[in-house]
Amino acid sequence: MSDSSTLSTPSAASSAATASSTDALLATGAEILIRSLEAEGVEYVFGHPGGAVISIYDEMHRIQPSFQHILVRHEQGGTHAAEGYAKATGKVGTVLVTSGPGATNCVTGIADAYMDSIPLVVFTGQVPTHLIGNDAFQECDTIGVTRSITKHSFLVRDVKELAETVRKAYHLAQTGRPGPVVVDLPKDVLAARAPFHYPEKVQIRGYSVVGRGNADQVQLAAQMMAEAKRPLFYVGGGTIISGGSERLTALARRTGIPVTTTLHGLGAFPETDPLSVGMLGMHGTWYANMAVQNTDLLIAVGARFDDRVTGKIEAWAPHAKIIHIDIDPACISKNVPVDCPILGDVSMVLEQLDPLVEHVDRPEWLAQIEAWKAECPMDFERDGKLRPQEIIQALRDHTAGEACVVTDVGQNQMWGAQFYSYVHPRSHITSGGLGTMGFSLPAAMGAAFGLRGTGRDVISINGDGGVLMNIQELGVAAAHKLPVKVVILNNQFLGMVRQWQELFHDNRYSHTNLEPTNPDFVQLAEAFGCVGLRCSDPADIAATLDAAWQVTDRPVVMDFRVVTEEKVFPMVPAGAATDNMITAQFNPEACA
Amino acid sequence: MTTEIPVEPQVTITPQQLFRKKAAGEAILPDGEDMVNRHVLTVLIDDTIGALNRVANLFSQRGFNLESVTVGEAKDPSQRRLTLVTTGNDRIIGQVLRQLQGLIDTIEVEDLTDEDHVERELCMVKVRCSATERADVLAVVDVFRANVVNITPDSLTFEVTGPTAKINAFIGVMKDFDVREVARSGRVAMRRRLAFEH
Repeated sequence: MSDSSTLSTPSAASSAATASSTDALLATGAEILIRSLEAEGVEYVFGHPGGAVISIYDEMHRIQPSFQHILVRHEQGGTHAAEGYAKATGKVGTVLVTSGPGATNCVTGIADAYMDSIPLVVFTGQVPTHLIGNDAFQECDTIGVTRSITKHSFLVRDVKELAETVRKAYHLAQTGRPGPVVVDLPKDVLAARAPFHYPEKVQIRGYSVVGRGNADQVQLAAQMMAEAKRPLFYVGGGTIISGGSERLTALARRTGIPVTTTLHGLGAFPETDPLSVGMLGMHGTWYANMAVQNTDLLIAVGARFDDRVTGKIEAWAPHAKIIHIDIDPACISKNVPVDCPILGDVSMVLEQLDPLVEHVDRPEWLAQIEAWKAECPMDFERDGKLRPQEIIQALRDHTAGEACVVTDVGQNQMWGAQFYSYVHPRSHITSGGLGTMGFSLPAAMGAAFGLRGTGRDVISINGDGGVLMNIQELGVAAAHKLPVKVVILNNQFLGMVRQWQELFHDNRYSHTNLEPTNPDFVQLAEAFGCVGLRCSDPADIAATLDAAWQVTDRPVVMDFRVVTEEKVFPMVPAGAATDNMITAQFNPEACA
Repeated sequence: MTTEIPVEPQVTITPQQLFRKKAAGEAILPDGEDMVNRHVLTVLIDDTIGALNRVANLFSQRGFNLESVTVGEAKDPSQRRLTLVTTGNDRIIGQVLRQLQGLIDTIEVEDLTDEDHVERELCMVKVRCSATERADVLAVVDVFRANVVNITPDSLTFEVTGPTAKINAFIGVMKDFDVREVARSGRVAMRRRLAFEH
């Protein structure tokens, strides 16, 4: 309060005017925030108003800013929508919520963005600075709560620092290894006044962005690649984030080195290419895991050796020397000590590497991989029952593999990863690290906002469990006439938990049956102003998709009544070595 | 009576697996022990709200050990200098350093363990002793060049500074007396030379 009164006295205003005539006008913190977002080029703000941020919404009403505010129906949905937007476009997602419960409802989305390196800036309201720590109404120590799930966070205590803090937040969120940044805004700071000046560049002592890799290390990597007899690219999401997918694809094709991708790496290398061995890890292809277990040189590109990739870590890739290209120093040798670390931006390092490596003929290695592919291909049973894998393949055929597919978590996520054959970067979005059920629907909505006008389809793949966790956002997508195709692989169960219960817990289906509590999804869709369709027969899949794609002005919810017992194969049991897979030819009796 | 002898699974280890175990400082034989070492780190952080919190939080968040931490103003008053003592194998210490460097607030992180450096710790000890016992206590204390900082009819309070080993020895000897309170500052450490000298 005292701050604002001193600043608005004539003497203060005139001294500002002498310093710079354009800065003479004092703006409130709320206006400074909006002007800063405009200067930052923000397109969409996913938000929900409340007491602590009411002044921002009031200014928004007055200013009619250049960005569009999307009123979400739950803050978690808003955060996931911002994630979907960021993943689909490569830009920073923006969230604006109130203090206390508004901030805590964002926590899951922030943690999700942290695990998956998604650039987000989350503005949270806060009680006035003089009440902080007093257990005021709707107070929560947002900075404390989010400390371990953010790349960085700011509590703005002075309105004069607000614009610079916003610039810092966007800079931190999108450079280096991207991640979520929280900016906590006390109510009195939003009311106080200061001149508005948006800095183009900010200096952050102790933060530098890694660029090109060390030339000696790159040279060493090139030499290791030339000498390797059975090399393999292991490509993660960092490749897509850095915009290095094209370079990687060109390099792999030119050198004739096969490629396996992680869940987040899907789309970095076209899965239709003969050099692709698909996804690796717990539910990856059998042949990708065999390739990893037998390779003598693993070239990890923007990947982090996650436990779902490595399985039993001591037994993973036992013969491989490892080259690790990553932008985050903390990722190097975190889980597996590597032979040749290269710290740098993936795209730049690949550019450095490209002129140093030659094509080497390795007919035996490629023939071995072809033999593994033939031995255990990705397949499923076709017995006239509706199986989820067939639906995913039909979606791929219907969209020619060009859609942006946003999956939820669980069985639907794995089938969505295994059977769509991704060919473009940023065409596959999922919650990988945190594994957040309820991610897909709001994230698909965010992606649809980001891809508006590009003509690209957005498909949200869900189970009947996860889709209900953020179903309220269906109304938001309908209000904005987003033609999102919402696929529900409805097996009336929490399918992945059910699968584990069947395989490892003697068929004790403890609290996984959703049949008693599931709604009628067709009616639910219509209640939200969407189109609802149902399909229970594989013969009707094509007709259902045709009908869904006829609708262009609102979301379509497709309730596919799939086989309950269908399981995701192949599978590495938790804690096992990755060449110890249960494959589709698996017989439950033999496992017992 | 027959006893079943459990069959040890045959463990074959590839050269690459051996390399990784060595690089991580992990046990190479199944019943061996990890190479756990104690490391002294100095960290320079920006003096901003929550910066110290972030450093401390990192240790609990990532499951690292934190044996002691000292903090105070650095040469530049806008910065704080921390001395941390942590334990772990080479892989974990490498992680601690990289994670600390990854924090936005950290300006400089150094591992002094293998550098030529000096370490000091300050310790205050309060013992209960009557006027007649004072001479005995003071005789011991003099050997450690500890100073008496307070005296009451029933107690003596000392301060002693030195390397951690000296402090440990001092506290060990004082156990013969009626020690009522011990406060240790934790270590502060500094390289002996200037950075460009070596």
